[in-house]
Amino acid sequence: MTTSTPSAGSAAGNALRRGRRRPVDSTVKVLLVAAALVSIATTVGIVIALVQPAIGFFQQVSIVEFLTGTSWTPTFAQKAYGVLPLVAATVVVTVIALLIAVPIGLGSAIYLSEYANRRTRKVLKPIIELLAGVPTVVYGFVALFALNPLLQDIWPGGRKPAFQNLLIAGIAMGIMIVPTIASISEDSMSSVPRSLREGAYALASTKMQVSTRVVVPAAISGIVAAVVLGISRAVGETMIVTIAGGLVSDKVTFDPLEGAATMTAFIANVSSGDIPVGSLDYDSVFAVGALLFLITFALNAVSIRMVRRFREVYE
Amino acid sequence: MSTVTYEPLHRRPQHQSEVTTVNHSSTTSRPAVSISAIADTQTAGHQATSTVPVMELSGVSVYYGAYEAVRDTSMPIQRKQITAMIGPSGCGKSTILRSLNRMNDLIPGARVTGSVTYHGQDLYAKDVDPIEVRRRIGMVFQKPNPFPKSIYDNVAYGPRVTGMKVDNMDDLVEKALRDAALWDEVKDKLKTSGLALSGGQQQRLCIARTIAVKPEIILMDEPCSALDPIATAKIEDLMFELANDYTIVIVTHNMQQAARVSHYTAFFTAEVDQEQERHGRLVEFSQTGKLFTNPADKRTEDYITGRFG
Repeated sequence: MTTSTPSAGSAAGNALRRGRRRPVDSTVKVLLVAAALVSIATTVGIVIALVQPAIGFFQQVSIVEFLTGTSWTPTFAQKAYGVLPLVAATVVVTVIALLIAVPIGLGSAIYLSEYANRRTRKVLKPIIELLAGVPTVVYGFVALFALNPLLQDIWPGGRKPAFQNLLIAGIAMGIMIVPTIASISEDSMSSVPRSLREGAYALASTKMQVSTRVVVPAAISGIVAAVVLGISRAVGETMIVTIAGGLVSDKVTFDPLEGAATMTAFIANVSSGDIPVGSLDYDSVFAVGALLFLITFALNAVSIRMVRRFREVYE
Repeated sequence: MSTVTYEPLHRRPQHQSEVTTVNHSSTTSRPAVSISAIADTQTAGHQATSTVPVMELSGVSVYYGAYEAVRDTSMPIQRKQITAMIGPSGCGKSTILRSLNRMNDLIPGARVTGSVTYHGQDLYAKDVDPIEVRRRIGMVFQKPNPFPKSIYDNVAYGPRVTGMKVDNMDDLVEKALRDAALWDEVKDKLKTSGLALSGGQQQRLCIARTIAVKPEIILMDEPCSALDPIATAKIEDLMFELANDYTIVIVTHNMQQAARVSHYTAFFTAEVDQEQERHGRLVEFSQTGKLFTNPADKRTEDYITGRFG
């Protein structure tokens, strides 16, 4: 205390005063803000680009007809603009994909996090994540030209699946989203504190009980997030369903053995054809795109809410 | 300082404030107070009575890979008594504790030599199931680790996973929470998360969770080190109660705690060998009163009088 004389105090004040500006610092800040703004501006731009033609579409086709109509034939002579066939096909493919991806993804995550030793995990996890990098067009072709013939061969009898069908597209898509679910779930399980596992083992739990009754519930927020992200990817995935899922959309079908166009498959297919800009068909692409955007937006909102509800806070 | 007196061993919760004072003053004047005061408490009625060992360690060494963490430990664990393990950091007391219910199995590369017997049965024999071992020998950890589940489900977890035959789970949960002196504080909020409790309550929840599976032995690894003095006093009270029904082994950094709660004390220290590696070693094991008033080994005396550690 005796050293803090008035003169020492003012000397410290001088030393601490802002001497010169640091131009590098402020430049970096401007660049970083600009980078953040670019992604926001892009999102806003996409919404505007979607909304404008979609409004044009809904001036000619009522929203009720769009949402409740059971036939989607904009390219036919007899035009109909009911989006339900596309939605139904999307739902079927997504459900099949989840039936495949959730058990396999969660199983791999539990194995990697709880059963595999460190060396095995170090080798296996990057390999699984590598699967996520396979271009989806490859999955589409594998589904159509490898999986589908195989499915036809082993089909037990009765009505065989069509050449393009939702089942095969769903299976391929399921395999595609396994890495997403496995990797994020594994991250979430690995971050469950070791002390919780020890507590469970000390209560005479088996490894399976520790995994399923303690680790999985404790990691549930991450697992839910992983599954919802998987759903988002499935709903938005385009190449697999365009190649292997079929393009029929004149009626609503929940039959996985038939081919049918999903929302994304329709958009990809029609956009690649020659439709005059500004025509109703052109605008219909944007109407479907806007619906797709709303669905994924809602999914994300739901997932954020669920993650919050399930989240357990550790000290 | 000679006026400082310890509470009688069977303290009631209403003496909490005095406990706090004692803890405070004892940290400032550890050597002078501890021995005489501890001697009083020991003669005051916490005399070791039983001599039936329920567990027996002989020549136990624990290795992590090639490193020998603790060497050649031999000591008994007496039935329905509290055995304390004390010693400086790195002396291997927690390692030995974890070898008593095969928790060391969970650490890759950990290996136990020598023999640990439980009612004469070698815990490390080939046909012994570690799950069965841990059902009979439970454990409470240093940091409270309740599951992110409701208070009720925390307690019911053990009976459920071990497939215990339970007539009425509600009764079992209530009994365990009562025995852990937590029931009155949580009876109206059994459905809330165990993580919403205070640290001391969480630790008592962990004790309730442990006794819900009706083990014979409870291992406690520094159960109070993360708690404040009042919560510590509650846990210590609880240990006296539990010793009527359970055998307790407790690792503690706090010599006063060992002196207050235990019937038997094992003093460990860390030895440095020619290769400059530290190995834990049991120096002395005896009745707590004797170890603190009349230690047989010079190193024990140095430690308890505060000359090192």
